[in-house]
Amino acid sequence: MTADRGKTTIRRSLAALMLSGLAALAAAPALATTPTSVATATSTCTPDTETACIGVLVLDPENNRIADADIEITGPEGFSEIVTTTDDGLSAVAVTETGKYVASLDATTLPDGEELGEGAETEITVTAQMGGTARAAFRIGEDTAVAPSETASSTGEGGLDGDGSTPAASSGGLKADQVWTQIGSGLRFGLLLALASVGLSLIYGTTKLSSFSHGEQVTLGAMLAYVTMNVMGMPIWLGAIVTIALCAATGWIQDAGIWKPLRKRGTPVVQLMIVTIGLSIALQYFIQLAIGAGTQRIITSNPETWSLGPFTLTRASWVSMVIALVVLLAVAWFLTRTRIGQATRAVSDNTALASATGIDPNKIIRIVWVLAAGLAGLAGMLLGMVFGSFNWMMGMQMLLLMFAAVTLGGLGTAFGALVGSLVIGMVVELSNLFIPSDLRYASALLILILVLVFRPQGLLGRAERIG
Amino acid sequence: MDFLRILEQALGELIAPTTAAYALAAIGLNLHFGYTGLLNMGQAGFMLLGAYGFAISTIAGAPFFVALLVAIIAGALFALLLGIPTLKLRGDYLAIVTISAAEIIRMVGRSTVFNEQTGGSSGLTGNSFKETFLGLSPLPDGRSAIGPLEYLNNGSDSWWVRIVAWSVVLIAVLLVWLLTRSPWGRVLKGIREDEDAVRSLGKNVYAYKMQALILGGVAGSVAGVLFVLPRAVQPDSMGRSMTFFIWTILLLGGAATVWGPVIGSMIFFSVYMLLRAGMRSALPDAVSSAQIEQIGGMLVGITLMCLVIFRPQGIFGDKKELSFNVR
Amino acid sequence: MSDDTTTETTVDPVKLDLSHVEATPGSPKPTSILTVDNVRRRFGGMTAVDVDHLEVEAKAITALIGPNGAGKTTFFNLLTGFDVPDQGSWTFEGHSLGGKPAAKVARAGMVRTFQLTKALSRLTVMDNMRLAARNHPGENMFASLVPPLWRRREVEVTDKASEILERFNLLAKADDFAGSLSGGQRKLLEMARALMTDPTMIMLDEPMAGVNPALVQSLLGHIQALRDEGMTVLFVEHDMHAVRHVSDWVVVMAEGRIVAEGPPESVMNDQAVIDAYLGAHHDTDLGDDSLLDPAILARLEEEEKKR
Repeated sequence: MTADRGKTTIRRSLAALMLSGLAALAAAPALATTPTSVATATSTCTPDTETACIGVLVLDPENNRIADADIEITGPEGFSEIVTTTDDGLSAVAVTETGKYVASLDATTLPDGEELGEGAETEITVTAQMGGTARAAFRIGEDTAVAPSETASSTGEGGLDGDGSTPAASSGGLKADQVWTQIGSGLRFGLLLALASVGLSLIYGTTKLSSFSHGEQVTLGAMLAYVTMNVMGMPIWLGAIVTIALCAATGWIQDAGIWKPLRKRGTPVVQLMIVTIGLSIALQYFIQLAIGAGTQRIITSNPETWSLGPFTLTRASWVSMVIALVVLLAVAWFLTRTRIGQATRAVSDNTALASATGIDPNKIIRIVWVLAAGLAGLAGMLLGMVFGSFNWMMGMQMLLLMFAAVTLGGLGTAFGALVGSLVIGMVVELSNLFIPSDLRYASALLILILVLVFRPQGLLGRAERIG
Repeated sequence: MDFLRILEQALGELIAPTTAAYALAAIGLNLHFGYTGLLNMGQAGFMLLGAYGFAISTIAGAPFFVALLVAIIAGALFALLLGIPTLKLRGDYLAIVTISAAEIIRMVGRSTVFNEQTGGSSGLTGNSFKETFLGLSPLPDGRSAIGPLEYLNNGSDSWWVRIVAWSVVLIAVLLVWLLTRSPWGRVLKGIREDEDAVRSLGKNVYAYKMQALILGGVAGSVAGVLFVLPRAVQPDSMGRSMTFFIWTILLLGGAATVWGPVIGSMIFFSVYMLLRAGMRSALPDAVSSAQIEQIGGMLVGITLMCLVIFRPQGIFGDKKELSFNVR
Repeated sequence: MSDDTTTETTVDPVKLDLSHVEATPGSPKPTSILTVDNVRRRFGGMTAVDVDHLEVEAKAITALIGPNGAGKTTFFNLLTGFDVPDQGSWTFEGHSLGGKPAAKVARAGMVRTFQLTKALSRLTVMDNMRLAARNHPGENMFASLVPPLWRRREVEVTDKASEILERFNLLAKADDFAGSLSGGQRKLLEMARALMTDPTMIMLDEPMAGVNPALVQSLLGHIQALRDEGMTVLFVEHDMHAVRHVSDWVVVMAEGRIVAEGPPESVMNDQAVIDAYLGAHHDTDLGDDSLLDPAILARLEEEEKKR
């Protein structure tokens, strides 16, 4: 029933979120400021084996080059740069990542008297390749036209990479509804973050491993949701089940194929950590290979907002929050009320002792991997839906926030991870009100560092016994 | 693209400035991880900070050596700042703090707030800070060739950059060689094995770890300068992937070995080039160049995994003196 | 000093001193080298250590015994700066050491070993020894770059290390990695390494645990030799036979407190001691209770497997 309702609501709610999709969002920080303060690059670019160039030009109907128009280029790795055209050549920008880049012309910077023609393109997607120059040429015409504003967006939907809509401090004066919106977003982000970090925390607790590939587990969830629901056209409920099942299976396969054999060999945990880094790199590029370097949408339909009290969020957000809450409660119930859950906590406390009392740590750790991968997949799927779109970097960006949440709550305590996630979610969204939105993740990481200085055991952790 | 040309490209990678920059960064990381056991997951942050320090002070009018000093001090201060809260805590805290701090540097660097200084996400173009360095070149203008390798004498991708970069790497190797054979290096290795034991013998473990962190961090920030000399300061190209590549290089060559980082870097970049160029010429139609990059990246990840699992001592490391604490 | 009329030719002055000491917890000693006052350490709700007063006689071998979980190792950690007490103070040779970090404690002359040996596995045995030397100019980062500044000291240190290794029968292994040593040899190495720092007091945390019985006798001999050289020894031990054999004085801890102390012959019969042990493990041989702890057991097994 929940799934059914989720289906319709998510369907309806998501299309407008497209504008707050990752690519557009990456562009936003620059657009949010006044154009004059934005650095412009007019240098030419020489492609080589590590550099690809993207050249832009604006032509009038007589094929004359128009100078001084600003074109923003956005692409993978949060790439965003504004190039100003010249009248004597190609203005190019060097990029170090291959993939699809979107060049968007800021029509307001066109010289007086020059305007876009009816239906003229303001966005051109080009593919950058190492050793080559990709060109994006804009045509302007004589007809009157209004350039669509790139910054238009839905209600306070924060994206994952940068931010499209929320006004930064420059807007001056905090409005109450703005604060409520951010609190709502913070709660939503915190809950979804918690889904992912609880797994990370359980893995750490039972194996003392800080898994750097957990971020990619999240991306995997979004990717599989995209593949099942969008590409294969499965209904949402079926796609969700398949996604989560496949994600959980990756946990099983990983533990069976990599972690358990390594545990048996007594491989030190630092070594394992670096294996997870390798896995993370491999998965990242695998996901890029599978779905491309650009952003993808899981579901494309119009988002609808629901208001509850002072909070206004999209339906997808509300449904995701409910799902996250229910799942988190179920995990809490599992950990405290079931035999396996209690055994899990026993293994976290003292593996040797637990195994001496008849618990098989390997079995528990297997369950933890499956659970963690499944939860991460669910988190990725929901995040991808709530934020409207995702790309291959989504998990990578989430990973540090997960670490922050887990550390904040106290390494290895699952409930600490929940509390830490909510705090981080709030910090990320509320810091939007005070500092430029492109620094909001930095604020969360700064808090992480400060907590480590003053309370290294985390908010809920206990001081550890030495010796 | 024929076979000879591919080989030539791979050969070029052996002495490329980027290879030298990564080698130096890996030398710094080797001091951290290989010799002291510190988990620095933010070496790219040190590099980016060094690059910013050098570029911004040059743009502000500082002569070359002053700008270099600024880069060095920036790296040292960053190490100090990270070390003070974390070096007394468990090792994985340092990992989380360094990776986070490196990300903060990148985010602040690309943020619009400091646009005037850092150039935001577009960074600082090479021409804006290269002049002082290129001005120091004693080489005559023109091109020179050694064997199949031919470059400009002066300029971004020149012999001058290569000579300076590799000289710096050699000096760093010499320093590491001296340091790690000394009693000071012995204390570091002791800390790597078991810091409580070293503490119980009356050594100020914290001070030694701090010295190692600063020294390796400075190597990182100078590596950052080397890295940006032939190109531009681009915050997004100096993120986590860079740190992970440096780790791969270190483990490839063998941690806790003097030449490991250098050899690791040379092998990494030439093989990476061989692979990509090979794929490009073997399957020109089947895969796009973006896909080649992605397959290359996947191979890097898988290589790192296999390396750590099957040959943790690296290609040239001593099996007995593994880079990991086996206990 | 041989005014005694028993068959022994000499009477040990320390034993003589201690023979006048009252066998009650916290009793004052004639020449106390370490004096502990009101040291408490809590973990969560549990009080791990709660010692009102303790004096340790200089140049004697004092054994610290007690059932598992009595807080012996925690007490050790506190005294040597590896843990911080919630309250309390202690002086060593008249200087306050309370709250001092571990390295400072060691430099003050109080050096410890660990229950689970901390041999520096990937350093050679010789380097393990050299590392422990004090006042080595080559351990300064800048000086280390100029070998002439420290080469002489290095030679001195190496000579001294060879001497000590010889004594501990480890000289043949000098160039092996410490990780290749057996458990007993590691214990020996750790003790030898501690001696390199010229300590006045050496603290041994379960020196006999996990050691091949054949080696125990030689270990005990080394401990006694240390005392004969004028060193103070405080050691935590489970093996009652070893304690009886080697120690001049025994301090008994239970549930964090000191419940009894006295000469080894009498303290074993003390009702408080028997209660403390029986209270913890009714059916246990006093010598082997460490093997009851599954955590330790698992750890030992793991160590064995690695070898």
